[in-house]
Amino acid sequence: MRAMNPKTPLWAWLFGVAMAIGLPLVLHALGQDFYISMLSRMLIYGIAACSLNLILGYGGLVSFGHAAFVGIGAYMVGILITEGVTNGWLGFAAAMGVSALAAAIIGAISLRTRGVYFIMITLAFAQMIYYLVNSIKAYGGDEGLNIKRRSDFGFGLDLKNDLTFYFVVLLVLVLTLLLISRIMHSRFGRVIHALRDDDVRAESIGFAAYRYKWVLFVIAGTLGGLSGALMVNHQNYVSPNLMHWTQSGILMVMVILGGVGTLAGGLWGALVLLILEDVIAEYTLHWQFYVGWILLAVILLAPKGLSGLVQKFRSPARTKDSA
Amino acid sequence: MRLAFLKSLLTLSSVAALVAMPALAADKVKIGFVSTLSGPSAALGVDIRDAFMLAVKLNGGKLGGLPADVSISDDQFKPDVGKQLFERYVKRDKVDFLTGVVFSNIMLAGLPEAVDNKTIYLSPNAAPSPIAGAQCSPYFYAVSWPNDAYHEAAGQYATNLKVKSAYLLAPNYQAGKDSLAGFKRFYKGTVSGEVYTKLGQLDYAAELAEIRAAKPEVVYTFLPGGMGINFIKQFMAAGLNKDIRLIQPGFGADQDVIRAVGNDMLGVFDTAHWGLDLPNEANKKFVAEFEKEYKRLPTLYAAQGYDTALLIDAAVRASGGKMEDKDAMLKHLKTAKFNSVRGDFRFNTNNFPIQNYYLREVQKDAQGRLVNRIVGQPILANHGDAYVKDCPMK
Amino acid sequence: MTGILILEQALNGLQFGLMLFLLASGLTLVFGIMDMINLAHGALYMVGAFFTAWLVQLTDSFWLGVLLAVLLTAVVGMLLEATLLRTLYARDHLSQVLATFALILIINESVRMIWGSDLPLSAPQVLAGPVELLPGLLYSSYRLVIIGVGLGIALLLFLLVTRTRMGAWVRAGASNREMAMAMGINIRALFTGVFGIGAALCAVAGAMLGPLLAVQVGMGENILILAFVVIVIGGIGSVWGAFVGAILVGFVDTLGRTLLPFLFREVFSPQFASAAGPAVASIAVYVLMAVVLFVRPQGLFSGRS
Repeated sequence: MRAMNPKTPLWAWLFGVAMAIGLPLVLHALGQDFYISMLSRMLIYGIAACSLNLILGYGGLVSFGHAAFVGIGAYMVGILITEGVTNGWLGFAAAMGVSALAAAIIGAISLRTRGVYFIMITLAFAQMIYYLVNSIKAYGGDEGLNIKRRSDFGFGLDLKNDLTFYFVVLLVLVLTLLLISRIMHSRFGRVIHALRDDDVRAESIGFAAYRYKWVLFVIAGTLGGLSGALMVNHQNYVSPNLMHWTQSGILMVMVILGGVGTLAGGLWGALVLLILEDVIAEYTLHWQFYVGWILLAVILLAPKGLSGLVQKFRSPARTKDSA
Repeated sequence: MRLAFLKSLLTLSSVAALVAMPALAADKVKIGFVSTLSGPSAALGVDIRDAFMLAVKLNGGKLGGLPADVSISDDQFKPDVGKQLFERYVKRDKVDFLTGVVFSNIMLAGLPEAVDNKTIYLSPNAAPSPIAGAQCSPYFYAVSWPNDAYHEAAGQYATNLKVKSAYLLAPNYQAGKDSLAGFKRFYKGTVSGEVYTKLGQLDYAAELAEIRAAKPEVVYTFLPGGMGINFIKQFMAAGLNKDIRLIQPGFGADQDVIRAVGNDMLGVFDTAHWGLDLPNEANKKFVAEFEKEYKRLPTLYAAQGYDTALLIDAAVRASGGKMEDKDAMLKHLKTAKFNSVRGDFRFNTNNFPIQNYYLREVQKDAQGRLVNRIVGQPILANHGDAYVKDCPMK
Repeated sequence: MTGILILEQALNGLQFGLMLFLLASGLTLVFGIMDMINLAHGALYMVGAFFTAWLVQLTDSFWLGVLLAVLLTAVVGMLLEATLLRTLYARDHLSQVLATFALILIINESVRMIWGSDLPLSAPQVLAGPVELLPGLLYSSYRLVIIGVGLGIALLLFLLVTRTRMGAWVRAGASNREMAMAMGINIRALFTGVFGIGAALCAVAGAMLGPLLAVQVGMGENILILAFVVIVIGGIGSVWGAFVGAILVGFVDTLGRTLLPFLFREVFSPQFASAAGPAVASIAVYVLMAVVLFVRPQGLFSGRS
């Protein structure tokens, strides 16, 4: 675990782990299960944002269609449960499988383009999926789909219990982070780094840029689908709005806030954004106004997000690297 | 890493800030009010809220003798936002009653939260057919009218007029489907067109062109809020009212639409369970007080919101203020006697109303204002709904 | 399927397409010349609509209100450019996307704080009725006016771009910015001017469409996407491309909404047809874009050299 970021002292890790495990237990003891549910939601968005960070931060690919994979994962589980298939293993496998397939197809076509055209094509695909799902009235269409119960993973796990569900989400988050870390520290990851910095040079050495990016895109899409499967479980509801391009925008905001291209950047961004939202929303209806200014400030003044800010704070002389 | 620490600290302190420790006081009535208070259809939610709060105010800030604590939120016309608000009121604030939602799709998204946690939901508007039938629940009360009812009355009216061809249009969601099904249930002529548009759609140029091509005698549309206002404006602008009679469900021709469309509304016929001129004492007081307080005439949404507050008042009073006894409260809600602004009504076995439905016409009143006046005898009297037989509750 | 119906739908398509053009032309110029993706373009359209609704109420005159609103929005646009957006020119596209996305949030809420979530706006009374174009075809006179305004502005824009000196600068800048700067063109002023014109065009579209669709917060987001689709199809930097693209998208969208449900209704149930028809029609626009990108990745009429 320490290999992930050699700069992080052990005591900070222990503190983080203590918070992640201890806070919900404390809340449960206080009878505030509602807040445990809120924490779960934040972690789920964290997973979604981390999956986007793979292609956005590490890969340098600005995809406006990532929310589509989250939505596909959510709908797969939602549809299966509606049809009576409540087995979590099957449902989640289906969610990840179908989003992987979608990412494979969308990636294959989109990665042939660059720059703004890539952005537009991913956006176009996302909108297509959004409209398609909207028209499937059998599964709610516009109104969305309510599911009566959560996925069943056996082992006596009752996901309806907020605390149990939280720890399942936490487990998935940790596994996701481990996976991303492994990928980015492998040979594959080094090639991706090289490609992001200079396509042409990397290709001249012999790496087929397109193929590497495509694999990355599919992995990111699959993890996105996983977060969607968790999301529909959490809300007991999914609607096409989950796939709207503005949702992709929000995921991007989370990645930027947390720090593009850092391991847990997506997670921090999700936490900060959602907490900001909730706290500011308690005081004013116009929370989007304040969030907008904060985001603007971050982009203009701290382009590497909060992680970059802290790095600057800690070691102003050192040059930044973004792993 | 300091960052992890800082962020964890931020999380902890923010969560702590949010954790208010509400003392569960049985000495007030806690109500969660979720409605559409922004966007083109905001007028509907605003009317329900204003009338509800008016009833509370006229009661000295109390319902059933206990102080009323009403928390109001905006669902922004989005089902997922509505659902989250329901979750918050049910799980965090543990309200006694949940109410307010205008649109069926938003209510259907949030209702499971309430029902699964045994929180009572009183609907001042949305009352879709699945909840009247197989999915009925003892925790759901419709204080308005079954979604089909206005449309059944309108269909009956068209039958009475011996109309031969009718063109139907509604948005593609549960209430929309219910509406046209209801119309067709009582309409005996031919349907020359049945079109479902996108919920929230505001430009009907394409649909109006098709109506013109179909040449029906009558057009019947179910388009609540901003959708209906735009449709009627565009219908008139396209000159279609020359040869085609437009029939509306009551809310399609109510005060908010009249305000937005203007004199073109004169002569439109519509059907509803209530009218400004219903001659009972409760209604006369309601209309006068509403106009005095808010400087505008109430719509039927307002009448429904007002009645919801009156129902809560009667039920809480009958229970003697014992909010904790949920089962008793359910019984009191079902049997509570109160002076509704619509005159007589009672709950059917599925907790949906049995009441009269009238024909109304937009005319000028004594002060030259455009209002709906009730015309003739009730089109459907003591009318329930078609789904009650599917409901297992007896 | 009568001829009258098709004709009426064609007019609707033209009307919608022309309004899209107003939005797309500003967007394509900004992107082509300043190389900036501006997501807040839709927000300017909304601001224009709100200014119009507010000023029409104040002045009690539709056209005066529209005129003032257009001027005000242009000023707002130029201020925005001179203060904030200028710093984004040098940044990468992702930063531009996110910064302007943040701007959308800020502008949306600002409008909500000032005027509320929506304002009523009606077409002038004299245009509230129809005009008989052909026996049996009554068309809303207001929509005809929109078509007229759209065509008129398109003409003015073409004259501006092809016949004036500023137009020459614009075309030079779109084609090759460094060369244009080397030639001595005052790039800063040009940029601000172009942005101002783009904002003004947005305001006209917002003012014209306001009475038909509602003037409400968030009205910019949906039409923004279509505007991007238009400029990608038409070619970034090309006003003529924006025109062709917009008319194309307008027709595909409107005729698609009629023809496809009609075809579907012959085969399927009304509910399915009415859901699938518009859905497929909406997708048709994106499919069109994907096809164009495949065949001609730089768009139909790229302004870039």
